[in-house]
Amino acid sequence: MKILVAISNVPDTTTKIQFTDGDTKFNSQGVTFVINPYDEWYALVRALELKEANLAEKVTLIHVGLVDSEATIRKGLSLGADDAVRINAEGPDAFFVAEQIANYAKANSYELVLVGKETINYNGSSVGAIVAGLMDLPFISLATKLELAGTKATIEHDVDGGVQIVECDLPLVISCAKGMAEQRIPNMRGIMAARTKPLTVIEGSGSSALTSVKSYALNPGRTTCKMITEDNLDELVSLLHTEAKVI
Amino acid sequence: MSGQILDTQVGMSFQLSENQVAIADMIRKFGKDHIYPKMMEWDESQEFPVDVFKKLGDLGLMGVLVPTEYGGSGFGYTEYVTAITELGSICGSIALSMAAHNSLCTGHILQFGNEEQKKKYLPKLASAEWIGAWGLTEANTGSDALRMKCVAKQDGDHWILNGTKNWITHGISGDVAVVLARTGELLDSHGITAFIVERTTPGFKGGKKENKLGMRASETAELIFDNCKIHKSQVLGNVGDGFVQAMKVLDGGRISIAALSLGIAKGALTASIKYSKERQQFGQPISNFQAIAFKLADMATEFEAAELLTFQAADMKNKGKKMTKESAIAKYYASEVAVRVSTEAVQIFGGYGYTKDFPVEKFYRDSKLCTIGEGTSEIQKLVIAREILKD
Amino acid sequence: MSVLVYTEVSKGRVKKSSLECVNYAANIAKQMGTSVTAIVNNAEAAHIEELGKAGANKILTVKNEKINSDSVLITAMIEQAAKAEGSKVVIFAFDVTGKAAAPRLSAKLKAGLVAGAIDLPVINGNTFEVKKNVFSGKANATYVIHSDIKIISLLPNSFPVQLSGGAATTSDLTIDLPASRIIVKETRSNSSGGMIPLPEAELVVSAGRGLKGPENWKIVEDLANSLGATTACSRPVADMHWRPHHEHVGQTGVAIRPNLYIAIGISGAIQHLAGVNGSKTIVVINNDKEAPFFKSADYGIVGDAFSILPKLTEAVKKFKAHQN
Repeated sequence: MKILVAISNVPDTTTKIQFTDGDTKFNSQGVTFVINPYDEWYALVRALELKEANLAEKVTLIHVGLVDSEATIRKGLSLGADDAVRINAEGPDAFFVAEQIANYAKANSYELVLVGKETINYNGSSVGAIVAGLMDLPFISLATKLELAGTKATIEHDVDGGVQIVECDLPLVISCAKGMAEQRIPNMRGIMAARTKPLTVIEGSGSSALTSVKSYALNPGRTTCKMITEDNLDELVSLLHTEAKVI
Repeated sequence: MSGQILDTQVGMSFQLSENQVAIADMIRKFGKDHIYPKMMEWDESQEFPVDVFKKLGDLGLMGVLVPTEYGGSGFGYTEYVTAITELGSICGSIALSMAAHNSLCTGHILQFGNEEQKKKYLPKLASAEWIGAWGLTEANTGSDALRMKCVAKQDGDHWILNGTKNWITHGISGDVAVVLARTGELLDSHGITAFIVERTTPGFKGGKKENKLGMRASETAELIFDNCKIHKSQVLGNVGDGFVQAMKVLDGGRISIAALSLGIAKGALTASIKYSKERQQFGQPISNFQAIAFKLADMATEFEAAELLTFQAADMKNKGKKMTKESAIAKYYASEVAVRVSTEAVQIFGGYGYTKDFPVEKFYRDSKLCTIGEGTSEIQKLVIAREILKD
Repeated sequence: MSVLVYTEVSKGRVKKSSLECVNYAANIAKQMGTSVTAIVNNAEAAHIEELGKAGANKILTVKNEKINSDSVLITAMIEQAAKAEGSKVVIFAFDVTGKAAAPRLSAKLKAGLVAGAIDLPVINGNTFEVKKNVFSGKANATYVIHSDIKIISLLPNSFPVQLSGGAATTSDLTIDLPASRIIVKETRSNSSGGMIPLPEAELVVSAGRGLKGPENWKIVEDLANSLGATTACSRPVADMHWRPHHEHVGQTGVAIRPNLYIAIGISGAIQHLAGVNGSKTIVVINNDKEAPFFKSADYGIVGDAFSILPKLTEAVKKFKAHQN
């Protein structure tokens, strides 16, 4: 059983977001890129755990992006993935990215595709479900636990207002959320090995863009904070009613 | 060449490699969880946290330069410098212990051990299953190593070792030590031999543990040899080669102390920049005052100069070039910078800098070891002068 | 050609996010000169009436007990409805269901999707321009949907619900369901104690490490009860198991945008802010006047939560009593 883990290359969470080229592009100048935390901490680490428990033979990373994301891919390899595939294309949207992943997973008979629940840059929560749709596979979203017994997966996942435990036979696509696994750090051997593990580059193919970004804008921050003293809480309640109009 | 060098670039490069960035990131994450929360406690009680070393071993930081076939990480000196610097920017003591283990004991066996010795000891040392110590200095012979009193006398297939070594990192906790002892005439540079001595060898024990100003979580103690009988298979290289070997080991060791110094300077500088932007006086952040901003500018300039010198020495070592002068310059300059930067950091923090609630007082105490250990600044100057005055 | 809206009934009522979607769809339909069709499974008369008031012209009612949380089934239902209606625009809420079903429908119909829209689309001929938040709320992006069929999932609490008082026609829809491969073994609802679930809550009272221990949460709950708010917490609090994980808001937890977010004893790390800075109004209570959260707040109180909270609860109760 082979697991395909889709990883995204995203700005570190502490990045100050800026745009360039007339607000049509993210300004990556001086930005540290990391593996999307949900992809790394939950999807990838759980896949590695399953492999270490001899429940999977191989963990492959897949990333849709240009050559400058290879450092991020190697971070994933340094954590323990066996090999990686980079689909050489700058995906205009989630559909394009998902299509590349679905094509590769189908052609190479991956039985389990894991993705993070969302990326911290585009926050669309869409790639996993589109991959499942294109492959005609079941999709389980927001998984917080995943166990395997042979070809049967038992998954705990968040549903509207609660938690559900489901069973499903592979093949399957799962989006992973907090709880799936504990965060790991690589070791020196992993960092060294990442340099020699196979990183295959395949040219992107597929549909023309269904959507594209026209422009970006920063959301305005709050300008002033009105300070209220502890003895004036009636005033706060009144401001929330009359000024903010929220109660 | 010991390390497996992956980045072979033509020309000069002043950029960190992807591996260096990954190693620094790994250490920052490890330090946040496993060192930061406890380091002031260890400092206070002078506890040497053995479990942290085992974890550093799991990460591959205890055999950075050891080739993978001996269980090491197989990196070169530039990655090694990055690792020590990053660890040193968190806690000098832990970085010092790591540097001593890698450069001295492990480094000596790696450079001068025969195949059998390497197979026997390197995997244990690289994984931190065993912690290593290295004994050259004695109570009365610090810089003046040729006058050492510790002697080894041949007795059939064995050597009998007698004497005491001082200021030895991991003197008590070390599972194995490389010890330099006189096997020839006083002051003869070919009259000294290196031996591998295991902790369990009868007649070998740890002695007094030093109560130090800084680097308090790093164990510094005596090694005592009392008719300690060592088989001749434990001799490193040839009899009489010990002093020459030790000088070469120290050439590499100087790079590690330079890296440690960089780490302390980096930690103190980073803390100072952050604090001076947060701390308000006279209604504004103190970084707005030129008195503070110029201090920071000097600290940053000196730090970066020291960093370039250290990477220069590391790069030469990687390329197998003689770098006695360059490593001495790097060690001398970086260690003095560590002391100056951490002193200024305490000044920037003012009263808070003098308390244990902020990290700079520890950087200040830890920094001083760097101008003393593995050759004082004065000895470095001697080495540098000798090299530049040579015909 | 009508605008199709997927709606849900949960715990005996039409979900608020569904009503928002119907309202949103009505606005789009008006721009396009067409009508709104809502699809709903297992609805009763009162629900249908409510959907009509929110702006649905026609309601496709499905009676199918087999449809569960499996997005394969939900998507199949909507796909068949969209085909039956000839819909070129499909609207979902960007909630648990919408996050799984909208992208799947996008795959099935090769339709462009904007997931998490925060505003009405600008319609230019056959393209839609839709705004959504990106970079975890720090910025927004205007997307252009080029495809013939367009799917939008709407971020909850970003579009106000207005009930106009219209009435909808109903039509039963029989759907042909594929076999579900997912076997549901157990479903547990979060013990939110009758509170509105976090993603839908308009008022949220959230506390962090400053509360010092789980035993001190009574004063937080009291304040939440007085306001009719839902309780939430910061990441360290959930990690230390002081509070259940489903209460964790922030970048790695639930991202919310209520009308009012009261943060107590939370310093305001950037990862926390990313999950809450879409809130309309933020009140920060912290004993550290340097806490970075004050920079992102509308109202701030510096002081001890243990003395402030009971007083604030009293002030709210007094206000409420006066209101009635």
